[in-house]
Amino acid sequence: MALLQISEPGQAAAPHQHRLAAGIDLGTTHSLVASVRSSIPETLPDIDGNHLLASIVHYKENSQPIVGDAAKKLANSDPLNTIASVKRLLGRGLEDIKTIGTRLPYEFIEQQGQGMPFIHTVAGNKSPVQVSADILTTLKRQAEDTLDGKLTGVVITVPAYFDDAQRQATKDAATLASLKVLRLLNEPTAAAIAYGLDREANGIHAIYDLGGGTFDISILRLHHGIFEVIATAGNSALGGDDIDQLIAEWIMQQANIANDANHHHIRELLDIARTAKETLTTQEIVAIKVKLDNGISWNGELNHAKLNNLIDPLIQKTIIPCRRALRDAGLSLEELDEIVMVGGTTRMPRVREKVAEFFQHSLHVDIDPDRVVAIGAAIQADILVGNKPDKDMLLLDVTPLSLGIETMGGLVEKIIPRNTTIPVAKSQKFTTFKDGQTAIAIHVMQGERELVLDCRSLARFELRGTPPMVAGAARINVTFQVDADGLLNVSAQEETTGVHSEITVKPSYGLHDSDIETMLKDSLKYAKNDVEKRVLREQQVEADRVINALRAALKTDGRKLLKHHEFLEINTALNNLLKMKQDNDIKLIKQAIEDLEYLTQSYAQRRMDLAIQNAMQGHSVDEFTGNK
Amino acid sequence: MSLTKNYFEVFNLTIAFEIDINILTKCYQDLQRTVHPDKYANASDQERRLAMQKTTQINEAFQTLKDPLKRGLYLLQLRHIDTNISIMDNNFLMQQIELHEELATFRQQANPLEKLQHFLDRIEQYKKQIINTLNQTFTQQDYDSAHSGVQKLQFFSRLNEEALRLEEELI
Repeated sequence: MALLQISEPGQAAAPHQHRLAAGIDLGTTHSLVASVRSSIPETLPDIDGNHLLASIVHYKENSQPIVGDAAKKLANSDPLNTIASVKRLLGRGLEDIKTIGTRLPYEFIEQQGQGMPFIHTVAGNKSPVQVSADILTTLKRQAEDTLDGKLTGVVITVPAYFDDAQRQATKDAATLASLKVLRLLNEPTAAAIAYGLDREANGIHAIYDLGGGTFDISILRLHHGIFEVIATAGNSALGGDDIDQLIAEWIMQQANIANDANHHHIRELLDIARTAKETLTTQEIVAIKVKLDNGISWNGELNHAKLNNLIDPLIQKTIIPCRRALRDAGLSLEELDEIVMVGGTTRMPRVREKVAEFFQHSLHVDIDPDRVVAIGAAIQADILVGNKPDKDMLLLDVTPLSLGIETMGGLVEKIIPRNTTIPVAKSQKFTTFKDGQTAIAIHVMQGERELVLDCRSLARFELRGTPPMVAGAARINVTFQVDADGLLNVSAQEETTGVHSEITVKPSYGLHDSDIETMLKDSLKYAKNDVEKRVLREQQVEADRVINALRAALKTDGRKLLKHHEFLEINTALNNLLKMKQDNDIKLIKQAIEDLEYLTQSYAQRRMDLAIQNAMQGHSVDEFTGNK
Repeated sequence: MSLTKNYFEVFNLTIAFEIDINILTKCYQDLQRTVHPDKYANASDQERRLAMQKTTQINEAFQTLKDPLKRGLYLLQLRHIDTNISIMDNNFLMQQIELHEELATFRQQANPLEKLQHFLDRIEQYKKQIINTLNQTFTQQDYDSAHSGVQKLQFFSRLNEEALRLEEELI
């Protein structure tokens, strides 16, 4: 029998301890949190045993917001202070919002200098990022209560077709909710993990994900633990909510309700529409009763034939991206091994019928379409946080939309085409248009069309201070880097002079770091010291991470890769950081981390080179024996 | 892996136009398993930056070698051949113009999608022929012919893109 190990007092076996991690599905209509407990990934319930949290936030004067079903109950009586489907507003400007939803029952306010719209409530003006943060905070509490401990990190899912601004807004919401984001994960990829790992599936899978407000189609190749996204397409403003709208509009037509009905009535009609839709998944016909407090009443019924008429054009809108994804993947229908249905809206019989018809294939509808995304995220979070060092799973995801910059004549020059595996970096050279030009405006675009007008504007920035040259003489190198979260960073450099300019794309509709800080302070105004405490705590956690990672590394190959004096130097700096960590000085801890990182730069490089060498060596041996 | 390595060396491959995609893919996946940022989620910021840089380089190398056109251009670049100079003969250019004109007529015809599919299949055939020839010319180190072959492939790629744009428009 193996002996149990007991560590010295005060020296916990830190690297081996189980860290708490969670996967969060931040959905349009409802959200979930899941975690891996005793090797089993499962969604976590609230105190009442509910696994699904309605993504609805109710704001009250001078008190904490109410989130979930309790807020939903207040949606009808107080629609202006009850925010539902906020995901549709994330990372969007007011103009976009007007085009996606004609019947959003809120009062929008455009604030000076902010591209992002705010919603007016009795608790003040709330941005979609803040509303999302309130949902995340509730989920965080739910997870920490159930798991009985602090979360080390989370994986948050986003629709694969979310653009950069929408991803950035999601990440900002997490920051506001004090969550450490290990990774933003695409929803269909998360579903594929949950589905694929469970069955040890291999082959080509299409994940059709129609949720409350977004649609994604992703085509993946599953091969022994590698989840490779080959192509993705979709529509980030299309889902079950739109079906509710269509039914509500139909009712309004039938009942002669004017188009300018008030917020309160719209909310009520949308509720009636949703109930009717849900009833029709199991029944052939549903009776609809409308009785509004302005005296209007109407009784009628909705059957499948009528419903199909209403929603067929919408379903067709999901088929076009399916076709495009197949084309981009370079695959034909016969090459698909499985079609997996995800998202609550795929419960509708007509959706299943039309999708099966297009793919000419039977569908997998046996997984819980509401939970599978959160479960996939939980599995990924568990691995990323370091609980499964031996797990041989790898995700290779892609950029959903092409990225480029504006050139002369309002045209977009694509720099990174859609469906490129991330992380990716691409550079392109540009030049000046006028003689003596000393500043260059760079306009970052996302989208597939050729005209600037038809693409999404992500950011504008200027490269200043280049010496005047004749037109066409300057050499401006613009580099786009997309990281593993799908977030973009753009930098530009004039090569003859070396003038450098860099931004992480976010300003258009996202938040600046200073905004986040202000919001944090606002949200914690009942406890002002909290912000500073939190920053200190975060810095200490970062210090721990650096210390643990370095200790583990030194133990493995420190003696092998470092000269004796290097080893000693690093050890001294490590001890210094350990000491600084005890003091409560944020700056000193930061400095100690930086010093240590500077000192270990070349060591980190050597370690990675060794890892690569090992991977390749194993490889050539394989091939020699394999080729016999 | 250092920045000075060429893309073939990254995957322990001999520099050649004809490569075994299966071996390339297997090497790529093994490298990704080693350096992908997901493997460094808990590491220091420095190591995570490094992991992202390496993965980016490996992705770029893989995308270049996987695609025959990009691979061809890259091989010519390694030989310091300027691929921006057009060296196409008139017959080939005439054929391209005719193909573009043919594509433009589909919009007005009955069953445009069906015609487009046949057209795409034909492009695929042309591309296959060019790739076969390129295998030989690169092996024979006939870089003038290789240069012209790669440019032909480039023309057909553009034609293919245009056909796909039309398809998206028609659906």
